[in-house]
Amino acid sequence: MTASTVSGSPGRSHLRLSGRLLVAPALIMLLVTSILPFIVTVRFSLIDYRLLGPKEHVFIGLTNYTRLLTDPAFLPALGNSLLLIAQVLAISIGLGLGIALLLERVVVGRGLLRILVVSPFFVMPPVAALLWKNLLMAPVSGFFAWIASLFGLQAFDWFARAPLSSIALIVAWQWLPFACLILLTSLQSFDREQREAAELDGASPFAIFRYLVLPYLARPIAIVVMMETIFLLSVFAEIFVTTGGGRASSNLAFLVYSQVMFQYDIGAASAAGLVAVLFANILAYFLVRAVGRSLDA
Amino acid sequence: MKGARWPALLSMALASCGTGGDKTTLTIAMVNDGDMARLKSFSKDFEATHPSIRLKWVILPESTLRQRVTTDVAIRGGQYDVFTIGPYEVPVWAKRNWLTPLNDLGREYNADDLIGPIRSALTYNGALYAAPFNGESAITMYRKDLFQKAGITMPATPSWTFLIQAAAKIHRPEQGVYGLCLRGKAGWGENMALIVSMANSFGARLFDKHWQPQFNTPEWRNAVTTYVDALRKYGPSGAAANGFNDNIALFAQGKCGIWFDATVAAPFLSDPKTSTVSSKVGFAPPPDQGLGRHSGWLWTWAFAIPATSRKTAAAKEFIRWAAGPPYINLVAHRLGWLAVPPGTRKSLYTNPDYRRVAPFADISLNAIKSVDTSSPTVKPVPYVGAQYAAIPEFPGIGTEVGQQFSAAVAGQISPDEALAEAQAAAKRQMAAAGYYK
Amino acid sequence: MRRPRSTIAFTILAWCCALAIAFPLLWTLLTSFKSELEAISFPPKFLHFSWTLANYRDVLSEGDYPTALYNSLAISIGSSAFALMLAVPAAWAMAFAPSRHTRFLMLWMLSTKMLPPVGALIPIFLFYRDWGLLDTQLGVIVLLTVGNLPIAVWMLYSNFKEVPVEILEAGRMDGASLWQEILVILTPLALPGLASTFFLIFTLAWNESFWTLNVTSTEAAPLTAFISSFSSPQGLFWAKLSAASMLSIAPVVVIGWLCQRQLVRGLTFGAVK
Repeated sequence: MTASTVSGSPGRSHLRLSGRLLVAPALIMLLVTSILPFIVTVRFSLIDYRLLGPKEHVFIGLTNYTRLLTDPAFLPALGNSLLLIAQVLAISIGLGLGIALLLERVVVGRGLLRILVVSPFFVMPPVAALLWKNLLMAPVSGFFAWIASLFGLQAFDWFARAPLSSIALIVAWQWLPFACLILLTSLQSFDREQREAAELDGASPFAIFRYLVLPYLARPIAIVVMMETIFLLSVFAEIFVTTGGGRASSNLAFLVYSQVMFQYDIGAASAAGLVAVLFANILAYFLVRAVGRSLDA
Repeated sequence: MKGARWPALLSMALASCGTGGDKTTLTIAMVNDGDMARLKSFSKDFEATHPSIRLKWVILPESTLRQRVTTDVAIRGGQYDVFTIGPYEVPVWAKRNWLTPLNDLGREYNADDLIGPIRSALTYNGALYAAPFNGESAITMYRKDLFQKAGITMPATPSWTFLIQAAAKIHRPEQGVYGLCLRGKAGWGENMALIVSMANSFGARLFDKHWQPQFNTPEWRNAVTTYVDALRKYGPSGAAANGFNDNIALFAQGKCGIWFDATVAAPFLSDPKTSTVSSKVGFAPPPDQGLGRHSGWLWTWAFAIPATSRKTAAAKEFIRWAAGPPYINLVAHRLGWLAVPPGTRKSLYTNPDYRRVAPFADISLNAIKSVDTSSPTVKPVPYVGAQYAAIPEFPGIGTEVGQQFSAAVAGQISPDEALAEAQAAAKRQMAAAGYYK
Repeated sequence: MRRPRSTIAFTILAWCCALAIAFPLLWTLLTSFKSELEAISFPPKFLHFSWTLANYRDVLSEGDYPTALYNSLAISIGSSAFALMLAVPAAWAMAFAPSRHTRFLMLWMLSTKMLPPVGALIPIFLFYRDWGLLDTQLGVIVLLTVGNLPIAVWMLYSNFKEVPVEILEAGRMDGASLWQEILVILTPLALPGLASTFFLIFTLAWNESFWTLNVTSTEAAPLTAFISSFSSPQGLFWAKLSAASMLSIAPVVVIGWLCQRQLVRGLTFGAVK
């Protein structure tokens, strides 16, 4: 839309053409690799296909979908998906921002600090869950229980009292580095003169944060929200390792997972997977509306 | 010119892949328990005596292994030549012709030496479909020192009532000792293995002969209420998320007074290198309630050959070695008798060298021998299996039902609510699978 | 310099936070040098235990670490390189030659990641079986390339958006071709962004533990498979698992350390002026 692109020598139509040509490889790759499985998944969702069932796969229409929607575990799973995403986003962005604000002012040992802060990102999800559950959160012998005992407190029974939040904590730990790094680098390029001018005008640190820094961070925060949400939709290893699922902790991805892994019901799993895609798209629609303006900037 | 050479090169490359210089490569998928890890470390010995065969291993945790192997065999991926499966899989898979029968392993293999229930659990329509590598049942483990201090003695055959009373007497949470440890983590191979076999001893069954789930019966109510109450009163905090691995760590640390679980835990707890209570641990048979069925279960990891494998002869050669007497003698000779894979052969339990190092030998053998997978319950049932029902639907039902019982242990719902949800879930899944036409 | 006291306070606080975040990993590192019994002892043992390398020795002798490491490197580097090769031109086009459809396209790309991987397991497995891609590095690379492509496009797009259009236009005026524009003018300017994108998708590929486990068995099995062979066997295994985890994390930490400057400069998402 900028006027300057019009005057470029290759001409606007040429630019547009080369734009299309350059998008093409990525687009074709994604189309082929996602449309093919997608079509097969749609087909599977309409038949009675169990790995351990009879060889003939009968067409059963929308039965797989109606079964899913009437499953009493479905709505809780939907709610848990949302809650999990919301909690992880809140923890990882909230803490990430706080730590980024701190790190920005640090003068000694920045490199080492950064590596320490990024390190959780390097741990594979199932391993992270195992380590947290058994070495840290275990109420009888975990590290947190030991800290509680130092203060004479009763250890918190994480997975019985707050299963979803405990899982959110583990997942948030893994995504904190991502949020923190992106926010930190944005902060580092924040216009210092603007801040100093505001300080001279007598603005409080809170006001500066609220009216200068935070709006400036809107775009990186929006990106973090979008990217993390996409990944958080398919969290399952952490749930499987810690609680093994249930009304209080299963999300939609776990539901799909258990349909493949325990019921070997590919038809039902395909239907659930497609419902998950629909759910994700609705979520994305609202997200884009909420954060869209900062994405375009 | 240049283009013409490629197919030739390619076919040469393929040919060399296939034979590998007259060598057959076997891909073996196994569960990652200690016996299997030991087996892998002996692969050089096999390759030395069988120079035409090379072994490649895929070692995975139980849940991952099961999913990978089931997927592969069901859609004929043909990735494996040998894999470990158990008595749950054998009848279901053999019925679908997914496995190669193993009746012809020869005299040296000595199939008659196999412990009866183990052999019959791996037999379908008269043919052996998997060769057992190790076998387990369940065993009561308890702290002799705590029992002595509290003035209680373990009877020769304990009942659940006794175990719970004893747990109440030795429960000292303020000193970090919990009366009773049991599996609480949801999963058909976690809490459900325990609860279903416990329920068997309470006279309960999973299905009646019309495949109606039985979670609404008084027997189930009795069993589940007992289990939930005991664990909530005398169990460690966090019990609802504890699986086998969590409990073995707790017992090894001296945090459990009584633990009822798989017999494979016994050698670990008797070994001072892996247990702080090695000299204080006692063993007793699985508890019962005087109804003629105890709470023992039966599991075995056994080698099977998928019907898709084209290397059947080499695969059988491997199984004859790994699941046969030669391997047991090799391990005993090199690492001692305690390192031998237990629970499959009668001869092991009559071997004086083994009996000397394994104080739990008789209890284990009796627990295994007294489980009849074809008649596991007090009332008659249409399925086989002690801690499971060998039908394709069981893992799905077990998982969902297990989640309800775990929620009850966590205190999120009451045992009655859990049972009602369990009944509804089981009915729904059985109906979806077409059992009630 | 103006407020040294508060700077010191902030530095100390920042170090405390960083140590707290890294604590689970540092604790795992410590555990990897303990015996299995010490690993589960309560109260926990900090430095007073008999340090041992036995876990590392066991893990290295029981699993095939070199092969797994090689596969992980090949798969992660291969898939990240492929993803960048596809993503750079696409991101250029979206940033500098946007059309009405660009925004839709970007969202659609992200939406390809919305199907839970396990939902597509059987279709992919069937395709791979028929095309002979099971247990091949190529097969895993293709899956991870596709999985990370949307992320790469998004990150690069944001980075390219920060490159002043005037510089590119000046190049065009001087008669630079499209390839020259991308390779000679844009790439150097966006190098930090490229580096950080590469590192991000490299790490994601390194940690990917669904596809890497499900479409490999022996030949192409990476570190995720190596590590899962040590997770939850029967008996105590914490020290061993810790050692295996450390062995599989170490390579990424080294790479992360080496390119952290670029990483931090590049992860700006429109902040660099």
